[in-house]
Amino acid sequence: MYFFFEVKEGLRIAFRAIRANKMRSVLTTLGIVIGIVSVTLMATAIEGVDRAFEKSASAFGSKVLYIQKFPWVGHDDWWKFRNRRDMKLEYATVVSHQATLVDAVAPSVVTMKDARFGSRTMLSTFITGTTYQYQEASGTTINDGRFFSSEESDGGRPVCVIGANVAETLFPSIDPIEQTIKVGGFPYKVLAVLEKQVGLFGMFTADNRIFVPINSFMNQFGSRRDVLISARVRKGVDIEEAKEELRGIMRKARHLAPAQEDDFNINEQEMLTQVFGTITAVIACIGFFITGLSLFVGGIGIMNIMYVSVTERTKEIGIRKAIGARRRTILFQFLVEAALICLIGGIIGLMIAYPLSLIADQILPTAMPFSVVIISLLVSLFVGVNSGFLPAFKASKLDPVDALRYE
Amino acid sequence: MNNSYVINLQQIKKIYDMGGAEEVQALRGVSVQIGKNEYVAIMGPSGSGKSTLMNIIGCLDTPTSGLYEFNSINVSEMNDNQLAKVRNKEIGFVFQTFNLLARSNALHNVELPLIYAGVSSAERKRLAHEALEHVGLGDRVHHKPNELSGGQRQRVAVARALVNRPSILLADEPTGNLDSKTGDEIMVLFEELHTQGNTIILVTHEEYIAEHAHRIIRLRDGMIEADEIVKNRKSITTE
Repeated sequence: MYFFFEVKEGLRIAFRAIRANKMRSVLTTLGIVIGIVSVTLMATAIEGVDRAFEKSASAFGSKVLYIQKFPWVGHDDWWKFRNRRDMKLEYATVVSHQATLVDAVAPSVVTMKDARFGSRTMLSTFITGTTYQYQEASGTTINDGRFFSSEESDGGRPVCVIGANVAETLFPSIDPIEQTIKVGGFPYKVLAVLEKQVGLFGMFTADNRIFVPINSFMNQFGSRRDVLISARVRKGVDIEEAKEELRGIMRKARHLAPAQEDDFNINEQEMLTQVFGTITAVIACIGFFITGLSLFVGGIGIMNIMYVSVTERTKEIGIRKAIGARRRTILFQFLVEAALICLIGGIIGLMIAYPLSLIADQILPTAMPFSVVIISLLVSLFVGVNSGFLPAFKASKLDPVDALRYE
Repeated sequence: MNNSYVINLQQIKKIYDMGGAEEVQALRGVSVQIGKNEYVAIMGPSGSGKSTLMNIIGCLDTPTSGLYEFNSINVSEMNDNQLAKVRNKEIGFVFQTFNLLARSNALHNVELPLIYAGVSSAERKRLAHEALEHVGLGDRVHHKPNELSGGQRQRVAVARALVNRPSILLADEPTGNLDSKTGDEIMVLFEELHTQGNTIILVTHEEYIAEHAHRIIRLRDGMIEADEIVKNRKSITTE
């Protein structure tokens, strides 16, 4: 009950003090406002980067395993991986016959060639040779048209499916479907355009690629290449189990003795997510540290003004003490005042940061997470209580006789 | 007999340490007893220690040595919080400079001791109104100190001092900042309060004011010089 009176009286005094010194309160609050705006915008930016990554990473498919010579992350021993035997095309057949936990398997080989349509050229485009199962195995979506059939891929027909950027570059004004483009000098008929993926991985997405049947690729661009095998894990199957099965099949296909370590890697999206998680954590730490500094400076401003306030109101403190205010009551009164200033700063800060986050959303798809709103209000309260504490403590310790004599 | 004293001071000493070897003996062993419903004036020139004595009686300060019993309870060894409680419940202060909160109206000023006593809002308002009416300010409840005259301000201060029904009313030069006419009005008010059963301790250096009291304690150099009953008491009543 007594505590309730203290809160109420504290708030009343605080409001009165803030109103009595409007300009001073505004300037002090400004420090907190700037701090909260920068911290919340930082949080929003990080959220945006996270979302962009998630979107990009989803291009790899969360349920797709990639069998390769190289691991996606942790290239500390590049030569070891480099010297591994190449992945051969027949492994894809072995995998697709023997594996029970995956439902689509597609080998792919890559080279770079110029692509041309009429007078328009796209230099050094990634050309991927693959089979009809690629679309399923990699989870890409077709915008318009169809992927090549098993007959076309087995028979090495001169057909291709192009990425969204390729379509934009070569066909700025006309429909690419049924048009014939020249890839490395050979004619290919366009069957479909893939849906635009966009993402952080830029050139590595399917947007800049041309997909052709693997047999056509082998005939025209050479067959001695390292093959990447994509395999989609069956619905409801644990990805680790599928990975284990593929590993067994691959070890057998590669004739590895039981003691030998794997000379291939089975990669998955998860690995990228983990690496990225570490990177964003570091960025977040640095970002929050720097923006946190501005909040800290704001806190110092509050502390400064609270000291002034205590000195100005020494007499008042003396009167209150003479009348029966306890130390705790006085301490509380000034803490409430500091906390209130900060809280008001926090609320104003959020009111400024929210529209800014909507603007940021136009550049990097993001939104201010609700947790940030709650946390920043708590943080401003925390800053207020902390920076108010020393001045409030000073006030509570004042000797009533001295305080009453103060003019 | 000892138990009937409101205030019982035994050999109170107060020494201020001025740093280094220097020290000031403000009180050199003061023993005083004040009973219920007494009207006492503490007199003395400046530097006599009367302010120090008032601070100790008012529980704003603690003696360096000696015993201080307030209503038979030893307060000389109480801590800050306990003293705050005694000040809140048992002592009503009236200061020379009124010491009202400038930004609060009369009502809130009078409510203040009740807030610290933890009285509920409605009860507070009722008691504060009552106290203000008692000092004749029932129609000035929502005025701020700067909208009131000096005499009215001091009445607000008296209302504030009395609102918690304290054991003593401790007034430090209550007329010092007032002209003689309003000063007299305040003294009339004190007279009434005394008749109503309040114990009043008045600190002053003006003989004229002190003569309203029933008993005068004269201090000099930190010691009691005289403790006398006023024979030709000036009784002033409303003219």
